[in-house]
Parts: sequence; structure tokens; C-alpha cells
Amino acid sequence: MQISKIELGEGLKIALNALKTNRMRTILTTLGIFIGVIVVTVIISVIQGLNAYVKKEMSGLGADTLYLSKMPWIFRSYEEYLEYVKRRPIEEKHYKFILEHATLADVVAPELDTRKTVKYQNESLDNVTVVGTTDAYSVTADAVPEQGRFFNMPEVEFRKNLCLIGSEVSEKLFQDENPIGKRMKIGAHHFTIIGVLMKKGQVFGESQDNTVIIPYTVFEKQYGRRNYMTILIKPKDPRQLEALIDQLTGLMRRARGLEAGKPDDFAINQQSQLMDLYNQLTRVLWIVLIGIGSISLVVGGIGIMNIMLVSVTERTREIGIRKAIGAKRSIIMWQFLVESMFISGIGVLLGILVSIAIALIVRSATPLPVNISTWVLFLGVGFTVTIGLFFGLYPASKAARLDPIVALRYE
Amino acid sequence: MLIELKNIVKDYQLGMDTVHALRGVDLKIQKNEYVAIMGPSGSGKSTLMNLLGCLDTPSSGIYRLNGSNVSEMDDDHLAEIRNREIGFVFQNFNLLPRASSAHNVELPLIYNGTPAAKRKELAEKALKKVGLGDRMHHRPNELSGGQRQRVAVARALINNPSIILADEPTGNLDTRTGDEIMDLFEELHESGNTIILVTHEEYIAEHSDRIIRLRDGKIERDEAK
Repeated sequence: MQISKIELGEGLKIALNALKTNRMRTILTTLGIFIGVIVVTVIISVIQGLNAYVKKEMSGLGADTLYLSKMPWIFRSYEEYLEYVKRRPIEEKHYKFILEHATLADVVAPELDTRKTVKYQNESLDNVTVVGTTDAYSVTADAVPEQGRFFNMPEVEFRKNLCLIGSEVSEKLFQDENPIGKRMKIGAHHFTIIGVLMKKGQVFGESQDNTVIIPYTVFEKQYGRRNYMTILIKPKDPRQLEALIDQLTGLMRRARGLEAGKPDDFAINQQSQLMDLYNQLTRVLWIVLIGIGSISLVVGGIGIMNIMLVSVTERTREIGIRKAIGAKRSIIMWQFLVESMFISGIGVLLGILVSIAIALIVRSATPLPVNISTWVLFLGVGFTVTIGLFFGLYPASKAARLDPIVALRYE
Repeated sequence: MLIELKNIVKDYQLGMDTVHALRGVDLKIQKNEYVAIMGPSGSGKSTLMNLLGCLDTPSSGIYRLNGSNVSEMDDDHLAEIRNREIGFVFQNFNLLPRASSAHNVELPLIYNGTPAAKRKELAEKALKKVGLGDRMHHRPNELSGGQRQRVAVARALINNPSIILADEPTGNLDTRTGDEIMDLFEELHESGNTIILVTHEEYIAEHSDRIIRLRDGKIERDEAK
């Protein structure tokens, strides 16, 4: 079957005229597809935005940083939690043992934390995160001094009361003053400020800059050993992360004196575990929402089929005239397919436009970086063609197969 | 020979019954003849017209139109033949209601792929020929019945078909307008067209040179004047 360009053009014109004549009907028919497209594209975009947001937040944890601690980050029940709580704490000796023996590790930093009130002259700030660590923390936690310096190992060994402050603490307590060299109170003890950290922003809505960093030795002396220590470890070669985990497991079992066959009583956590959990949770959500969107698109498509059948019936006489005069089946088919694809196309186009608007609103009203990506647009074009073709095919072939004698007699 | 029908039979299945619409029709029509087909309703007149117009194919028998056997062609092939060989004029005009006269007249040219400029030129010429040069852009509902039928005649003419097939062309017109249309056919005949007229009105059939009378699916009489 061949259709000439002229015939294609005529089909296009007929379809457009038909849509223009039945403007209200076209708009109403389009509505189903319109809503379906909005549902699908907005859902996809919001989920993508959420993914990007979570990924960005989690990247604060460092993709290749291992977090060795007593408790795993993820547990399935309260009972499990109670088991973990009973484990022996991670202590300074473990940190030192790993520092000495973990040959695959590039940097090893202990981390102890608590919350205290900090004071400078008459100003005070509550609920500031106090971290006890070493200068390795600047690498493992990306805590880089913007002014001043980090404390060095001798200063840690000698338990000097030195501290670095986060940018938020600096702004709130010192405003325009230079904090370097000033003495401030963290809880009940006095510290000399030797550095101000670079601004880090928020992770999961919590400011990373409302913090002070002190030597972990000082932390243990002043604020006690009851706090859980976490050891942050970065590999020399990110590709050897698994080998490092094995090495750390071996070292810890030795340090803990665990006999063969006994389970580990510590956990080596990493960002990817959280990512996996997140992906698991959202996969179900994703499937459900896409299902809803698809259903609304199919309903929209059925609407198109319905109106196309009406259109074919209304124009039976016209089809008869065209066939009598020499229109082939294919050209009649084309004429109606164009019409149904136009209806679905208008729906998809408007749907995408409104979706973009919704995405912009969501982006400005929430922290989610919602974006309509180009592949969603391609998806839209795909939907148009598929829905238009699929649901237009039956009415169009019905029109094409009409017997001209019967059609000409149709009143 | 322009048209040659050999032992044409057409049966319809109507529920459980078989209707024998044509029971063996033999007919020859030469180029530039002016033929009227007459007969009471149920005589097979419409069926014969549908077959002659290639809107349908016979149950058996052979129909040769301009040398090619159209009795066994498929739908699309028939559409091509209709486009090239036949110009229809119907009782109820059968114009596209939302299209201008010019577009209605152009229609057959669209389906044989004539470029737009050429179509416009030919449509204008055809409309002038039927005396509607000043009604090019009117829609059917802005025209009188006679004018509408003239548009239909122009449409039938535009492709220079072998046959102009007119089915009760004056049936929806008053006597005076009907006569005008018949005069138009007379002119077309004189300028070399072959015209087949289907009618049940004696005075309309009188315009033709040869009257074929059908009864019960067979040719009862075939007389030239």
C-alpha cells in the first residue's frame, strides 16, 4: 500500500478540521490523557528528585568511607537492637590497633560525639555537636579548616584543650570578630580556638556547621568514655574497599579475642547500605505509582477510542463519498489515525507543560531537586504515538473497511 | 468496447434468504454513448449501477471496463479504477458539507496525487464549465440544489473519466432545475463523454440515445433511438 504525500496532507487537513469543528469534544477527550501524563511525569520526576536528594545527602557520608562501630546502621527489629546494645563498646585501643595494622587503610580517624552548650563571653549556643577525633578527621569527614589549622598528633597525645569551630558557631558567637586564638567554653571546660571549618551545609535537614571539634583524648577525659566510638576508615585504593572490610573484620576479631565460629560483635557500615535500603523501599512505591499512572493513561486511551468510534459513525457518509471517488483503505485509515494521534498528542503536550510547572513549584517549595528530564519528554512522544495508534487503530480500520455502497446510503 | 458485461450474476445473502439481484446480464456500451438504465424498484437497477461504478463486484460473470477485467479486483484496486474511470453524480449530490466547491471538485485529484497548483487550475476550469466560476469558495449549504448538483458534475468531470455515472441526478431537483442539469449532460455528451443515467422517470430517460429496461434482474428491453 502506498500513500502519496498529497494524500497524507489531505488526511492531516481532514483530521485537523475535524478537531477544530469538535473543539469541546476534543478537549474533553484529551483530558484523560492529560491527567495520565501529569500523573506519570510528575511521579517520575518527584521520585527522581527524591533520589537525587537522598544521593546528595548520603554523599556527605563519603562513598568509600567505612564506619566501624558497635551497632550496624540498619536493623530489622527492636529485639535485634537490644542485642546490639549489649555488645562491648569500641574503644581507643581498637582504634590504635587498626591504625597500626590496617595496611589497606589510607586514613583512620576515631569519632566520639556528644552535644554541649558552648559559650564565648556573654554569648552562648545550645545543642552544639562536639566531636572528639584526630586530624585524620579532616580527610574522613571532609572537615577542612578555612582559617587556622587542625590540631596535630602530639597535641592529641598531650591532651591539649584545642578546638576547631564550625562556620555556624563562628557566625553566631563571634560575628565579625576573628575567633582564632580566642578561648571559649565547651560544657564546663575551656578550649582555645585554633581553626574555623569550611561551611558544609545540611545533611538530612541537620546543620553540619553547628559543631566543634576537639582531640578525642580530651573528649574522653572531659566527657567520659561512655559514648560510642566510631572509627572512620578510608581505603588507599577505593577499588579495594571489600579487601579492606575483610582486613578490618580480621583485625577486630583479633582485637576482640573472638573465637572462630562466633559472630562479629561490631559492624562495618558504609553509605551503600543505606542506599540499598532506600532503593528497596522506593522500588515498591515506584511500581505502585507507575501502575496508577498507566491505568489513567489506558482510561484516557479508551476515551479516545470511544470518541473515534463516534467520529467514524458521524462521518460514515463522508467516508463513503471519499471511497467512491477513489480513496483507498490506507488513506482513510491514515486520516483517522492522525485524528486520534492529535487528540492524544494535545493531551500529552498539555500534560507535559503542566508537569513542568508542577515540577518548578515543587522545586521552589521543597528541598527536592525535581526536574523533568529529557527522557520524560521522549516518553511523552512515545505515549502519544502508542496511545494514539493503539486506541485509534480499531476505529480507523473500521472506517477503512466500510463498504462504500452502504456508507453512501447512510443517513 | 468501453464496457462489456458477460453473464453477470449478483446474489445477496439477506439473513437466511438469497436475493438474486442480477440473473445473468449481458451488456455492451461504446464510447460516447448516452445510455439510460430504467426499471421499477427491485429490478436490479441499483445493483447494476453499483457494479458499473466499480463500487461492487459480481458474484459471477465478467466485467471488462476499458479493457481491464474489474470483476475480480480487490478494494484498493477498485478505488483506483473508480478514481480514474468513473465520475459519479448522485441523487443527493454527496458533496462534503464542510468543504468549498473548489475543494469538493478537487477531491478526485487528491486521491491520484495531483499537485495542489494543478488541482486548483483544473477545479477552476471544471467549475467554469458547469457555470459556477463565481461560486468557487462557497460551501454546499450556501448553494441551491441545482448549483450543488453542478458542483457534483464538475467533480465527476475533473478526472476526464471514461464514464459519467449519474444515479437519479434530478431526483432531488424541481423540474426546471432538473432540465438545466439534463441540458448540462447533453452538452457533456456532445463534447465526447460517455454518460450512463439511472432513472425511473420516462421523460428523463428520453434525453438519452439508448434505453435499457431491467426487470427481475434481467435486461427486458434494450432499444436505441
